[in-house]
Amino acid sequence: MPSLLPRRALRPAVLFTGAALIVSLAACGSSGTESSTTPTPSATASTAATVEAGALGVRDPWVKAADEGMTAAFATFVNDSDTDVTITGAATEISPMELHEMAMANGKMVMRAKQGGVMVKARSEYKLEPGGDHLMLMDLAKPVRAGDELTFTLSFADGRTQTFRAVAKPFTGAQESYAPGHGEPMPDMPTSHSPAP
Amino acid sequence: MTPTSRPVSRRGLLTGGALAAGGTVVGAAAVATTRGEPAGRPPERPPTAGVGEAVEPFHGVRQAGIATEPQAHAAFVAFTLRPGTDRGALGRLLRLLSDDAARLTQGRPALADTEPELGLLPARLTVTFGFGPGLFTAAGLDDRRPPSVVDLPAFPIDRLQPRWSGGDLLVQLCADDPLTVAHAQRVLVKDTRPFATVRWVQQGFRRAAGAEPGRTQRNLFSQLDGTANPKPGTPVETAVWIADGPDWLRDGTTLVVRRISMNLETWDLLGRTDRELAVGRRLDSGAPLTGTREHDEPDFAALGPDGLTVISDFSHLTRAHVTDDRFRILRRPYNYDGVPAADGTADSGLIFAAYQADIATQFLPIQRRLAERDLLNEWTTPIGSAVFAVPPGCPEGGWVGQQLLD
Repeated sequence: MPSLLPRRALRPAVLFTGAALIVSLAACGSSGTESSTTPTPSATASTAATVEAGALGVRDPWVKAADEGMTAAFATFVNDSDTDVTITGAATEISPMELHEMAMANGKMVMRAKQGGVMVKARSEYKLEPGGDHLMLMDLAKPVRAGDELTFTLSFADGRTQTFRAVAKPFTGAQESYAPGHGEPMPDMPTSHSPAP
Repeated sequence: MTPTSRPVSRRGLLTGGALAAGGTVVGAAAVATTRGEPAGRPPERPPTAGVGEAVEPFHGVRQAGIATEPQAHAAFVAFTLRPGTDRGALGRLLRLLSDDAARLTQGRPALADTEPELGLLPARLTVTFGFGPGLFTAAGLDDRRPPSVVDLPAFPIDRLQPRWSGGDLLVQLCADDPLTVAHAQRVLVKDTRPFATVRWVQQGFRRAAGAEPGRTQRNLFSQLDGTANPKPGTPVETAVWIADGPDWLRDGTTLVVRRISMNLETWDLLGRTDRELAVGRRLDSGAPLTGTREHDEPDFAALGPDGLTVISDFSHLTRAHVTDDRFRILRRPYNYDGVPAADGTADSGLIFAAYQADIATQFLPIQRRLAERDLLNEWTTPIGSAVFAVPPGCPEGGWVGQQLLD
């Protein structure tokens, strides 16, 4: 598919980069400094509270409760370092996993595996959310019940790994078509990547 | 990045580095803003007065929403546990709900909040959890239920309706903003759905925040309601909070929720003098009929010119009167006002919420005296009743009920 639609395949990556930059600009603006991608000390302090040990800070992780089949996990990954971090994989005990993105193909929003992993740029955030990029649990070996806590392991391009725990929430919003045949058209999906807060 | 941009300029974007991307993003954001769709930014806090941003703590030794100065709006939501919701499931549920409460009360959207903007103004939101008798049974913990946390005995004045009675789990949501209450209710109901069904919801109100600071609440009969509440400090400590007993109950309390229908039609038939005789207090100031100010001590022995006591032996004031703080109850009621019938008959009343350390020694004696003889019974009818144990609060990282259910 990338060979057929190279420009469109890349477009979501651009948008994600853009979203992260907007977040940092907004943060700087609210702390009263000029527009700059360098976070102010106060902005750093505010995110530090949520940053765990590891390559990335993990903010507000959660997973969609499901009895069987597929489900998805979400979080905001915070890269507080000066180097880009590339997530190459995610794993959990009860299901094989894939990194998924929502992307525009043939004028439609589709869900598909993210080629080459996910780069979280230095000093920026990467938000997974319903209707957007997510960590996909492909085939649950047992139900994920509301209130359960799952442990996830992220793998990074440099060989490091990091675990985080996410609670399962009952959630019916932003229903994606989880058909395994990627490239299915998404009904009523917004074509913009502007993340909800 | 206008719709007319040619592919080559997009490609330039991809390779142009952070600076170029940043510049373009700023442009995109500006365009988005003019469309009223801020892209990729957290929701902005609009300029607000103090009411919306005021915060009550959630974490603490005791649950908020009890000794908290009552907020203007409330929703009492009672749930019936689904079959199979056992101790482990209750733990999962209370973790989820405690997390929702911890975030929303502090002005942060709930996890997976589908309407995050509605979570930004807490307006002193408190979320208070109570455990009905059925929760102890479901958890296999009947032996740990406080003995008086059980359906109240039937009183002759009761006309209880199942639709307003009972409940395994109670969530009391209070805030100075009705939209905040509605959103919090929606979030917590959604998270409860796998574990329980909604049994009843009672929504109520008082005066708006700041309308009458420090004043006793006025009900729809225009009576001041709660004058005899224990005062903050030692009296409340004594009356409300459980000082000893097992871990899971210490610094907890109990809650009785009674729905009291108030018959505005027959109340209308009374003149002001008769209304004040029924209550034993003046309607304007709330002063006892023997005094001039709300908090004057009533003189039950004072005689009028006719040789009868000024305050009737059967007045609400006389029958409800308690002098010892150990036997007082903390009344934290809200008014309800439903839709009138076609002929104008009101559907109005009081969500009577009373907190006390022990129902048997504090609430029941008062309730028995009122049921036996209280002139007000002529115009008021209890139509709902529910009883809950209120566990202590939780520290950050903990959840309400953890000492009991974990």
